[in-house]
Amino acid sequence: MSAILQTIDLCKVYDKESGTAFEALKNVNLSIEAGEILALLGPNGAGKTTLISTLCGLVSPTSGTATVGGFDIVHDYRQARALIGLVPQEISLEPFEKLINTVKFSRGLFGKPRNDALIERILRQLSLWDKRNDRIMELSGGMKRRVLIAKALAHEPRVLFLDEPTAGVDVELRKDMWNIVADLKSDGVTIILTTHYIEEAEAIADRIGVINKGEILLVEGKAKLMARMGKKELRIDLQDPVASIPEGLARYHLALGNGGQSLTYSYDTRGERTGITGLLADVAAQGLVLADMETRQSTLEEIFTDLVREDAA
Amino acid sequence: MNFQAVKAIYIFEMTRFFRTMLQSLISPIISTSLYFVVFGAAIGSRIDQVDGVSYGAFIVPGLIMLTVMTQAISNASFGIYFPKFIGTIYELLSAPISFFEIVLGYVGAAATKALFIGGMILLTANLFVDLEILHPVAMVAFLVLTCLSFALFGFIIGIWAKNFEQLQLIPLLVITPLVFLGGSFYSISMLPPIWQTVTLFNPVVYLISGFRWAFFGTADVSIGVSLLAIGLFSGLCLGLIWWIFKTGYRLRS
Repeated sequence: MSAILQTIDLCKVYDKESGTAFEALKNVNLSIEAGEILALLGPNGAGKTTLISTLCGLVSPTSGTATVGGFDIVHDYRQARALIGLVPQEISLEPFEKLINTVKFSRGLFGKPRNDALIERILRQLSLWDKRNDRIMELSGGMKRRVLIAKALAHEPRVLFLDEPTAGVDVELRKDMWNIVADLKSDGVTIILTTHYIEEAEAIADRIGVINKGEILLVEGKAKLMARMGKKELRIDLQDPVASIPEGLARYHLALGNGGQSLTYSYDTRGERTGITGLLADVAAQGLVLADMETRQSTLEEIFTDLVREDAA
Repeated sequence: MNFQAVKAIYIFEMTRFFRTMLQSLISPIISTSLYFVVFGAAIGSRIDQVDGVSYGAFIVPGLIMLTVMTQAISNASFGIYFPKFIGTIYELLSAPISFFEIVLGYVGAAATKALFIGGMILLTANLFVDLEILHPVAMVAFLVLTCLSFALFGFIIGIWAKNFEQLQLIPLLVITPLVFLGGSFYSISMLPPIWQTVTLFNPVVYLISGFRWAFFGTADVSIGVSLLAIGLFSGLCLGLIWWIFKTGYRLRS
């Protein structure tokens, strides 16, 4: 696959009214393959929206370059922007306009001729067709979010930016959004989404990017990231509780829990030897009787939290 | 050239106009009728002819200009300010569209609305006074140029304004006084010499004078100077808008 979006040392510095400068993006280097879903994670103020806004033309980059489909976002802005669809974080819609007119307007704005069949297909796909003649202000919050997606899709973009598309929506709608994203991916659309919901990234993304303080900390395949960064825990439930961890098990740095009835062992999946075999043998040698065992993988949320914490340190 | 985008903006803006057609038209028509009642009938009956034209007819070009200028400004400023206010400006800024095309769409629509209302005022005026237009082509040309140039000015105000108060500030504090003091209701030759000189610094004088010449063949300043003034004003506005889009002033951070 080839890169449909690429940034090289992309920087954005905001001049504050106080006279001080704020670096919102610091030498961002990204390469996104055609047809993939990249989830961009980061705390509030990390630079996620600034990055998307810069790539879409809402914010002017201070330095560096970015291309979409091989077109420079500044010099070849017409070709680059024609490939991009943007679903903003805020619900920004003309309240008095009819739903179908606002979607048609978006298509026209991107230089595309009228195509009623396509607009109908998009509205049906997003379960909005029955509401096409309603005014925007008459729609529910969830429907307005779908309208934003319909507007972004009206000109058939190849790259779709979703800036926190499920912020503040209920669980059912969130799942609907995930299905919509999956459908778009199957149509070959490249999707870059920002989210605060780790489970969202975990559920739909191919790759995860972590951004903090304007810097990309890492971009990696979801599965690879989980395997590389993920720690596993082995919990051993004992038949009889112990008052303290036996001396012979000290080298495993176990945590005692559940009133002395469970031992938790953390190990790194990257290590050649996990130490589990030795631990189990030593547990038996200490005369402890096992009642049950369970392993647990670190969640993406824990990985993300660790990364941001390390970056802050 | 992204013609589809220009068309989309133009149609979107005109749809808004037709959606609010009643208030868009009723308000200026009622205001103009009141001007005719007050200035034309009540006061005008006590004033002799001005430059060989009855006072009622004399104020028609000024009244049309007053309405057209304020309508062009308010429509254009609101047209670009509203997307900024509700946040939909993101769509415009992320679209493959140049500043010239954006201006063409918004200013074209605002100028059309002002032109339409100007036409309605002219029809309303015909109900009150007998009107004969000496140079109809020049009249239409002046009307179109004024609509366009003031729509350009309104577009700048819409981008500059940070709130609705600022949106109203310049039309109320600058444009209305300039129009009233620009010879809408009188010939500047009726003023004392010193005020005649002062009035010549008011750019609106040249527009009203030129427009009145198209109606009656008489003007306070020459038609060439009037055309030059409107050309300079349009050029200045276009230059400013080009700078706004180049720097992203109050649009892009």
